[in-house]
Amino acid sequence: MTLVTQHKELRDDVLDGLQLSTRLDRIWRTPSGLIGALTSVDHKVIGRRYILTAFVFLFLGGALALLMRVQLAGAEKHVLSADLYNQVFTMHGSTMMFLFAVPVMEAFAVYLVPLMVGTRNIAFPRLNAFSYWMFLFGGCFLWISFIFNVGPDVGWFAYVPLSNLQFTPSKRADVWAQMITFTEVAALAVAVEIVVTVFKLRAPGMTLDRIPIFVWSMLVTSFLVMFAMPSIMIASTSLILDRLVNTHFFDPAAGGHVLLWQHLFWFFGHPEVYIIFLPATGMASMILATFARRPVIGYPVIVLSLIATGFLSFGLWVHHMFVTGLPQLGAALFTANSMLIAVPSGLQIFCWLATLWDGRPVYRTPLLFVLGFIVVFVIGGLSGVMVASVPIDTQVHDTYFVVAHFHYVLIGGAVFPLIGAVYYWFPKISGRMLSERLGRWNFWLAFVGFNVAFFPMHFLGLMGMPRRVYTYIPDMGWDRLNLLSSCGAALFAVSFILLIANVVVSARRGALAGDNPWDASTLEWATTSPPPSYNFDRIPAVDHRDPLWSDTESIRVVAGLSAERREVLLTSLAEADPQVREASPEPSIWPLLTALATTVFFIGSIFTPWAVLWGTPPMAVALIGWFWPTGSREDEE
Amino acid sequence: MKQQIVQNVGELPTYGFGPRSGPWWGAMSFMALEGMGFAIAVGAYLYLYAVNPTWPIGASPPDLWPGSVETTLYLLSIIPNQYTNRVARRHNLRKVRVCLIIMSLIGIVLLVLRGFEFAHLNTRWDNSAYGSVVWLILSLHTTHLATDLGDTIVLTVLMFTSHAKPRRFSDVTDNVFYWNFVVLAWLPLYILLDWVPRL
Repeated sequence: MTLVTQHKELRDDVLDGLQLSTRLDRIWRTPSGLIGALTSVDHKVIGRRYILTAFVFLFLGGALALLMRVQLAGAEKHVLSADLYNQVFTMHGSTMMFLFAVPVMEAFAVYLVPLMVGTRNIAFPRLNAFSYWMFLFGGCFLWISFIFNVGPDVGWFAYVPLSNLQFTPSKRADVWAQMITFTEVAALAVAVEIVVTVFKLRAPGMTLDRIPIFVWSMLVTSFLVMFAMPSIMIASTSLILDRLVNTHFFDPAAGGHVLLWQHLFWFFGHPEVYIIFLPATGMASMILATFARRPVIGYPVIVLSLIATGFLSFGLWVHHMFVTGLPQLGAALFTANSMLIAVPSGLQIFCWLATLWDGRPVYRTPLLFVLGFIVVFVIGGLSGVMVASVPIDTQVHDTYFVVAHFHYVLIGGAVFPLIGAVYYWFPKISGRMLSERLGRWNFWLAFVGFNVAFFPMHFLGLMGMPRRVYTYIPDMGWDRLNLLSSCGAALFAVSFILLIANVVVSARRGALAGDNPWDASTLEWATTSPPPSYNFDRIPAVDHRDPLWSDTESIRVVAGLSAERREVLLTSLAEADPQVREASPEPSIWPLLTALATTVFFIGSIFTPWAVLWGTPPMAVALIGWFWPTGSREDEE
Repeated sequence: MKQQIVQNVGELPTYGFGPRSGPWWGAMSFMALEGMGFAIAVGAYLYLYAVNPTWPIGASPPDLWPGSVETTLYLLSIIPNQYTNRVARRHNLRKVRVCLIIMSLIGIVLLVLRGFEFAHLNTRWDNSAYGSVVWLILSLHTTHLATDLGDTIVLTVLMFTSHAKPRRFSDVTDNVFYWNFVVLAWLPLYILLDWVPRL
């Protein structure tokens, strides 16, 4: 199978230093200018864009949250009409879940995983570019629709019959359903890339038990995406078919069933929570190890907990449906499972506490956010165990108690570690440190603001305040707690303004970071900050779980990859033994064109089923253009 | 940091077959998630089957012949498909070309048969929930059949051009692999669509 080469190819084993890096940069660099930007397949360029876009959606979703808090700050306020309020809470939930939380985790993975496993680009870089464009177009589609008063108003879960044509005759529910299709296509693409990157592109010697925990968490998450998201795609497709071509999936009069929607939605919706949460725990483990100045205690326990959580997350969905009158035995089973999943999460928390206990913690901003995460998430976990029980759930279902619970879990479990991750990896991505002083203000404002905003909601829920009401009457006695909550929300918002300020200022004037400012142990810190286009001038060879701590003087590398064309090293699945030098794609405009063709197809099909017919040929042409060899050398070996 | 070269990988091949290659794992991942899509669709069918007192709803079961002929052809297609795999691994360009043409023709015939199957479902998507889910499942599989056929045709054309370089044989084996998935996915669907309504 060895290839017969026509001429002696220049390899990285005969070049060194500046000569090597100049050559590699010429091969791997994203071309400058607009065309370069539109054709880039560099995982770092796309990762940065992905992160930035996801944060823009966070701020948009956050602005909606503030609007809701203004509206609810007192009884009978009229800042928002009932109709607009419905759109606002639906947009808030959909934006946060589909355009922020899942994409931002995948975005960090797109940037970091290839660096952490020691390779030059993500697997399927063009698919990666395509994924970003789909995400961007889907997000824009949702928000442009909202601006034109066609924003979805049926909740982020779009329950039927409310979302049926009969009760939502406008295009609002279609916009929601098709936004789902956009974002799921994007998420599935990244999931496949991550799986293959972790399976095949790991540095030689990075055996399964040497994979960084964040990478493990993203691997498990990617499998969750692969097995959960098809369910929502089938669901949203069925919904749009019911609305567009008169199918009857959810129409009881013709044999359909409304609970089928809930099953399909939550079979995706519950793993979704873990799709957001698991990467965050991976980030927490990485940050903890660095700032506790020792490897995380219980690496195998943490990895197995991640995997166990992944499996268990598929057996919980019915706990969202306890009040739909399902058989008791089923409810009991799902209660048991919902409580069971607290065990692996608890194990992880104990491992982190042990690491802190045994380490010499350095309390920098990233660690503060991780500590905040542990506190907030544990509170959310406790209320989670409460609502896992059917009698309690029945009482507090659809009240603000549940709103409090899932914001503790999602903001505590994902946003806190994520902001910690921003502080931790910003130096790697930008080459400059974020301000520590602003960071501390940022953390304490976020921590206090968050708790003031959301803790009162527990009481509001127990007092009977239902979710998704646009206002309430003064007699209910909910005003004070709501006002308190709104003040907390304002404080929480200020913490994000500080974050933006810190990022903007530090990106220009922050202290230079150097390769490894935190003295961390994993491979992303073995290259410059920001990393060069080719990531590493030679592929690292790993013989330790914490390669940069095991040898602080030198780094082991392999040589022999091409210095004339884009090439990555494939290794075996378990032992990471080198197997193949595989070509890696050049920049291409086709992923963007394919995404545009797909966008026309998706949006067209909201208005006419014929879009499926006329929308297909452009997609087919774009795909053929994508896959047809260009005649460049890496295509022709 | 000082670099210490511990291994030279210069002699490794530039492409591999099966689990050694990246695209194979990509195909594997897509099969996993698409397989899950089929599983969910089957779950939806069985759910509707369970909650409805009569099944099929307001229609007679699909006529058996199109699905059965298809199933037979699918099963038989594995033989030329596996043969394609073998000749591709041996880098036999001439035979690969012939095999790909045969596989393209098989795909076209199956696509035509699929048209007949739709026509003989004896229900429409807008008749009842039964019709809706049957059309959904059959369309889902037809999408796979059509995309794989498209892929096979493009690959066939490519193997007749100057781009038919050694690494393309690996692409051919991945295409073989994916076709097996299309066949495998069909078998439970055939039983579900054609036989479950007769229970």
